[in-house]
Amino acid sequence: METVTLQDYKTSEKSWWCPGCGDFGVLAALQKTLVKLGIPPHRVAIVAGIGCSGKMGNYINSYNIHVVHGRTLPSALGVKLANRDLLVIAAGGDGDGFAIGMNHFVHAVRRNIGVKYIVMDNHIYGLTKGQNSPTSDHGQKVKAAPFGNVESPVRPLSLALTAGATYVAQGFSSNQAQLARLIEGAIAHPGFAFVNVLSPCVTYNKINTYDFYKQMLHDLDEDPEYEPDSRGRAIAAVLEREELVTGLIYHDPGSVAYEDALPGFAEEPLAGRDIALEEADFLELLASYR
Amino acid sequence: MPKSLAWMIGGDQGEGIDATGDVFGRVLSRLGYCIYGYRHFSSRIKGGHTNFTVRIAADRVLAPQANVEVLVALTQETIDRNAHLLLPGAPLLADSQLKPVLPDGCEARLVEIPLTQIAREVGAAVVRNMVAVGGSAALFGLPLEAFEAYAREKFERKGETVALQNVEALRRGHAFIEELGLMGRFALPAPRPRERYLMTGNDSLALGALAAGCRIMAAYPITPATDIMENLAGLFPRFGGAVCQMEDELAAITLVIGANYAGARAMTATSGPGFSLMQEGIGLASMAEIPAVVVDTQRVGPSTGMPTKNEQSDLLAAVFGGHGEGQRIVIAPGTAVQAFADGFEAFNLADRYQCPVIVLSDLALAQWLQSVEALPPEGHAIDRGAIVAQEELDRLTGEFERYRLTEDGISPRALPGMPKGQFLATGVEHASSGKVSEAPQNRIAQMEKRSRKLDPLRARPGAIETSHTDDAEVVIVCFGSIVGAVDEAVELLRQDGVRAGRVQVRQLWPMPDVPLAAALRGAGKVLVAEQNATGEMRQLMRIAGLEDDRYRSLLHFDGTLLSPQRVVAAVQELSVKEGV
Repeated sequence: METVTLQDYKTSEKSWWCPGCGDFGVLAALQKTLVKLGIPPHRVAIVAGIGCSGKMGNYINSYNIHVVHGRTLPSALGVKLANRDLLVIAAGGDGDGFAIGMNHFVHAVRRNIGVKYIVMDNHIYGLTKGQNSPTSDHGQKVKAAPFGNVESPVRPLSLALTAGATYVAQGFSSNQAQLARLIEGAIAHPGFAFVNVLSPCVTYNKINTYDFYKQMLHDLDEDPEYEPDSRGRAIAAVLEREELVTGLIYHDPGSVAYEDALPGFAEEPLAGRDIALEEADFLELLASYR
Repeated sequence: MPKSLAWMIGGDQGEGIDATGDVFGRVLSRLGYCIYGYRHFSSRIKGGHTNFTVRIAADRVLAPQANVEVLVALTQETIDRNAHLLLPGAPLLADSQLKPVLPDGCEARLVEIPLTQIAREVGAAVVRNMVAVGGSAALFGLPLEAFEAYAREKFERKGETVALQNVEALRRGHAFIEELGLMGRFALPAPRPRERYLMTGNDSLALGALAAGCRIMAAYPITPATDIMENLAGLFPRFGGAVCQMEDELAAITLVIGANYAGARAMTATSGPGFSLMQEGIGLASMAEIPAVVVDTQRVGPSTGMPTKNEQSDLLAAVFGGHGEGQRIVIAPGTAVQAFADGFEAFNLADRYQCPVIVLSDLALAQWLQSVEALPPEGHAIDRGAIVAQEELDRLTGEFERYRLTEDGISPRALPGMPKGQFLATGVEHASSGKVSEAPQNRIAQMEKRSRKLDPLRARPGAIETSHTDDAEVVIVCFGSIVGAVDEAVELLRQDGVRAGRVQVRQLWPMPDVPLAAALRGAGKVLVAEQNATGEMRQLMRIAGLEDDRYRSLLHFDGTLLSPQRVVAAVQELSVKEGV
């Protein structure tokens, strides 16, 4: 294992996040986990979306690509296919992942791509200053819905489970130890690993606060009755508690990553390969057009 | 003797019309003829009229022929719609089962042939079209053995019985026409046999991309681009690559950007509606200076338009689409050979200039079969552009400056996985380190850097291709697949004593203004021919200062293929009205 320190993962950039933002906790847990695992920064690619959470890449000294709103997961798949030796982490918010990027979320799940997806879910649009997000509670009043949110929230955990996710976990940004453990499990998982993090917005969300979560969350990791080995029981458990749970919710040990399932796909990174086509191969292909 | 002869088969969609046209064209190609095979079809799976025309010539032809010599009709609708294309006395082979009727006034010779009945006698109704092929071979006096050999080869994997049924169908059709005394009714010119391939622009473009080292292709199915995805899906597993059929074009383009960022060569292919969806992603590639190859096989727009008809109306969207001012390179092949070359070179340009490269194809180029004599892989070498050396990164004391301001605007990139090369690639305006910056001076410096890197392309060799321009009194300027019709028009005009020439613009952005101006300098008149309604290329030429009182437009936008005759007529009109 190479010696990797926390300093290796820090950048000179000053944070643009509000003081007290839940995203600080997510960044810290991620950095600590990468250091603990001894993964050098150049072996990590973080693909971030648009929104407060999308600024993640500004503060972590890995390879970073900050893409267009909602497209973190297809971009992350591109990075992974180009260089499968990289640890590819997609990071975004609830708007990026469950509104504009919802389509890609479901498809990334069912493809089981070898990408670790960390969502900083604050149930609100922060950077555009306080509109409802797809995970906002029914009835929540904000400037863009002054009479209350008439929509029902997306339930990311049960959605992922029904779409066929092979690793589903939920953390809380102020429970660092658990969150780091869940991220570590995600990194070890072959295939798509989804870690939803309840990450409070201290400026615009006065409902889903740190205190709210401290009172409401049920820790499945500490629940002696719960085992994360059944998709059906996992769905029941999260729905029963309106997704106010933390811990490893489901894990499929038989998961096969998309890149491993692709027929003939190179086992070594495409990025470093000699890409020239042999003349004999070319002529053979051409002959099929006679 | 005419320059070419044409054979058409028509019927309902889903009746194997394409496959039959393919067989007829391929055998003629093997016999040494140059082929251009084109279809009329609609956006449905079964039912509705479709036809396939095989134009046959001794030398290369890349445009439709005005009339046809032989029409094979599997439906009465085929006769009603197409009989007028036959000259008086020309044979119309119709299945007797139809009880076919010629339209009023039609002077073609109706030849009833019991296609369905013969097929049943042979033992398989599906070989009906092969009976027609055998009959057609007889009309053109072609050796049956070549057709038989092809049928054996093609149907071998379906078993001995199937192959024999097809051969028998060919023989019976041939014998039927022979008995009628119509053998060799149309003599073809002597062929000039050489090694030839019959392929579409989609086929050759996919091969070009593979030869260039593209190993990742992400796309969403759309006519007329889908063959590129399908071809590569068959080829990539053998070479370690992958085709990803994505949930939409937003995903396709951003996957391609992610893969190129991480050092692979990746592409997508789409048509108008998908291209519109990709515009935001293309902007990201411009801003973050990430190579990306996007093929737009144009069809009639806007919106769903006419999805199975030809048009060249995405040009301005290719150059200026999307918000903000992003840098793109737009190249346009017109032939299958050029589609191979551009499918290859697009990756070199993208890596060298670190920006999106749009290959503007069109439906006719993408889908119609044409003879190709040689695809020259040896003329192309892979150039990955500026990638920082690991030793240089090892020597760094500070952070890697991915977007360093350089004289030519090109900054070497690091690829993920290279130690000490970490940087942030972002669609947000950034400083030379990659870090977000909103400083006015930085904004100007980075915008100018991204713009100036494309300047040398204005004089890129091969950005235009000229023919007969030296002494031309009228020069026709075009891009894309219509170059075939324009070249044929130039030939016809010259036979008529009009000194016409042609310029094909192969790189549409940056506009090669200097070589274009030079090529057009001596022309009395400049006719800009385009398959769109608003003269998009002429608008780009005007921006580049290429416009004066010699310029005129030929705009063809009814969805049909531009014919050489239409181009000739436009030039003649110039002569009559304006005395060229």
